[in-house]
Amino acid sequence: MTPLLSIKNLSAGYHGALALIKVSLTLNEGETVAVVGGNGAGKTTLIRTIAGMVPSTCGEIWFQNADITQARNDVICELGLAQVPEGRQLFPDLSVEDNLNLGGALKRSRHSRRQNLERVFGLFPRLQERRRQMAGTLSGGEQQMVAIGRALMAEPKLVMMDEPSLGLSPIMVEMMFETIAQLNRDGLSILLVEQNVTESLALATRGYVLENAEVVIEGRSADLLKDDRIRRAYLGL
Amino acid sequence: MSGSTTTRRQVALGSIFLLILLLLPLVVDGYYQTMLTTIFITALVGIAWNLMMGFAGQLSLGHALYFGIGAYVVALMAERYGLSPWLGFPVGFLVTSGLGLVVGFLGFRFGVKGVYFALLTIAFAEFARLLFEHWDYVGKTGGLFLGSVKPDNRSLITLRGSATFYYYAVLATTLFAWLWCGYLVRSRLGYFWRAVRDDEDAARALGVRAFRVNLLAAGISAGITGIAGGWFALMNGNLFPESVLGMRVSIDFIIAPIVGGLGTLCGPILGALIVVPLNEIAKEAGQALGLNGLNILLYGTLLFIVIVAAPDGCWPWLANRLALAGRSSSKPDGP
Amino acid sequence: MIELYAGVAINGLMIGAVYALVATGLNLIFGVMRVVNFAHGEIVVGGMYIGYGAWALLGLPTSVSVALAAIVMFGFGYCFQRLIGNQFANRPQHAQFVLYISLALIITGGLAMAFGPDPRSIQSAASFSVYKIGSLRVDATRLQAALSAAGVILALWLWLRFSLTGKALQAASQNIIGGRAIGIRIDHVFAIATGIGFACAGIAGALIAPLYDTTPYLSADFTLIAFIIVIVGGLASLPGAMLGGLIIGLVEGLAAILFDPSAKSLLSYGLLIAILLFRPMGLLGKRRAL
Repeated sequence: MTPLLSIKNLSAGYHGALALIKVSLTLNEGETVAVVGGNGAGKTTLIRTIAGMVPSTCGEIWFQNADITQARNDVICELGLAQVPEGRQLFPDLSVEDNLNLGGALKRSRHSRRQNLERVFGLFPRLQERRRQMAGTLSGGEQQMVAIGRALMAEPKLVMMDEPSLGLSPIMVEMMFETIAQLNRDGLSILLVEQNVTESLALATRGYVLENAEVVIEGRSADLLKDDRIRRAYLGL
Repeated sequence: MSGSTTTRRQVALGSIFLLILLLLPLVVDGYYQTMLTTIFITALVGIAWNLMMGFAGQLSLGHALYFGIGAYVVALMAERYGLSPWLGFPVGFLVTSGLGLVVGFLGFRFGVKGVYFALLTIAFAEFARLLFEHWDYVGKTGGLFLGSVKPDNRSLITLRGSATFYYYAVLATTLFAWLWCGYLVRSRLGYFWRAVRDDEDAARALGVRAFRVNLLAAGISAGITGIAGGWFALMNGNLFPESVLGMRVSIDFIIAPIVGGLGTLCGPILGALIVVPLNEIAKEAGQALGLNGLNILLYGTLLFIVIVAAPDGCWPWLANRLALAGRSSSKPDGP
Repeated sequence: MIELYAGVAINGLMIGAVYALVATGLNLIFGVMRVVNFAHGEIVVGGMYIGYGAWALLGLPTSVSVALAAIVMFGFGYCFQRLIGNQFANRPQHAQFVLYISLALIITGGLAMAFGPDPRSIQSAASFSVYKIGSLRVDATRLQAALSAAGVILALWLWLRFSLTGKALQAASQNIIGGRAIGIRIDHVFAIATGIGFACAGIAGALIAPLYDTTPYLSADFTLIAFIIVIVGGLASLPGAMLGGLIIGLVEGLAAILFDPSAKSLLSYGLLIAILLFRPMGLLGKRRAL
């Protein structure tokens, strides 16, 4: 069966400095795949390149049998690839509801906007209480919920999440990962990019480790958690 | 192409260029000499403005302030007090560079950056223009007129004379300014300027006194522009607030360095060589054809073409053609 | 005496409303794209010539020429942004500046060549009608212009707040990365913002065509006034543009009779300098990263 997302030898960078070097990755439907690594390893560039926000210098990106390497960002979203960006990137002076609705404004999802909104509120009841509040006034955890909800409004097949646990309290982090696990159980494929190695590998079926723009280790997450290199470098053991 | 061959080429071509300029008045008449002098003045302001913008990264859209004040200072001292411009020019330089420091100080001190700073410079220039338009002492909108040149005029004292005199005088001034700026740009100060231009926060983190460095750029840029204004006053013999302090003046002066090439030393000169004759031809054509506004249209079109097709300016392109470029001097920060 | 000041104040406020419309257009362009449209005054003058031309060639009333100006300028702005402006989105400040200056020069030169430098004015019966409010006489054309301008601003504000595209514009002005991340067609959104911004300027021009003698060289004044208003009122704040417009209109009107008419801009520039130094976000603007 062809993978949902397939990346072959992808290289990309900003202003001449390569942030990704010949990265290859596959994600099958229904999987959660984790990409871990430290700061500046290339994780955000990976997400942005897949999403069409950063041009690639070589390599290929395939999504659902379509070559999206050169595709524009809005076309990619219409195909069902959504993003929860690093740092949330909400619209601070618009309400929670507006933020969510803008996420659902794509052609693929605009007719079911109301149902999707109800579903998001079902997943995150706290957002329903705060639906008219300006997104910029919410707490970190609530903002993360809005960011995830906004991506879900697009009825995606695959959601890429860039460091969803960043800046959250431990309780929120746990809640976040539980939500992600739940979404995966409900059938959503997830590409999870994280610095939090333990939690993300616990969640994912398979994982990749990015270091200095390259994939250095890959495999089933259970194996990775036992790998000495990872234990030393990322788990401090 | 080794570095020293390039440098020798640069010096050779530069010397030939200078020689041509020195000999031109022997073959062209007063009209063309005056036009060339206008080119020199434009190049002079362009070099000065480029210092602030191209090397220190501060966008000033109100350089007419310094040009106009410099012009008025030299003119007033000569006309009202009978003081030779040999005194007028230094005073003008001090006054205008002082103004540049004030504007720079206000801007940098209050954290006015980027487009806000540009608007601030416009505001100051316009404010000055309006002030001068209502100030009796400088003749208001009626203008200030320098007495006509007397028959027994000693050019080297009054710094006024024939078209040929101005030609060489302004050429000398421009050459001197160009050499001085070239020196500054290659000095430690120039290094700091480029650091601040490329990333002010990073430069600060490395210990560069950004505030001081920016102020120096603003002051020097303003002072040189003031000198250019002084020459303009002496040459023209008359000054009006609109003609030396107006917004159009500010815009005209920055078009040459941008067309020529920002952040390069020769860009403003090339730009002036392109822009001034073009403006003249367009004006003549417009008058001949009875089409008011033709020169403005052509001017705008030229700018448009340059900024869309050759955004780094014409000099980098030309330098490459003439093989004057070192490894990286076709890019900004080059010759 | 009171009547004189009241009359001047009201006139100032009315023209201020039209200034506010001009500033609103500029504000939108800056708010969404962080672009300083140095050709804004030229678009206003373009609108004035559309107003004049519609009357002179076709005898059309102001209401029609306003609609015409809106459509033409929207189309022009949209195409310009799509074809050229978007290419300059990532270029340095001075490159954008030169682009818009060149556009301004092309428009001014073109208008001068097409219409000549002589002032053109619209003379119609409507020019002379006045309303009497108490002992005050209010010029009808001016009042219509002011009310229309206010109406357009209100309509725009409502559209921005309640329509999905309007919210997309707001979103783009608040977080461009977020907009791209969720698949907003940024190229299109930018072009719409420019289109609306130009349309505002064009409408304002058509509205004041009956009030001024139109020449190609008025544009510089308008651009500068628009900037003053936008900075004083607050960049990226629509109520700020309205407030700024009214203030500047009032200030200039009063300055004209208290001091020398040609010195009225001195106060405006002084205000601009003060705001830039002490409150750069403007009177109603929010602290926002450049």
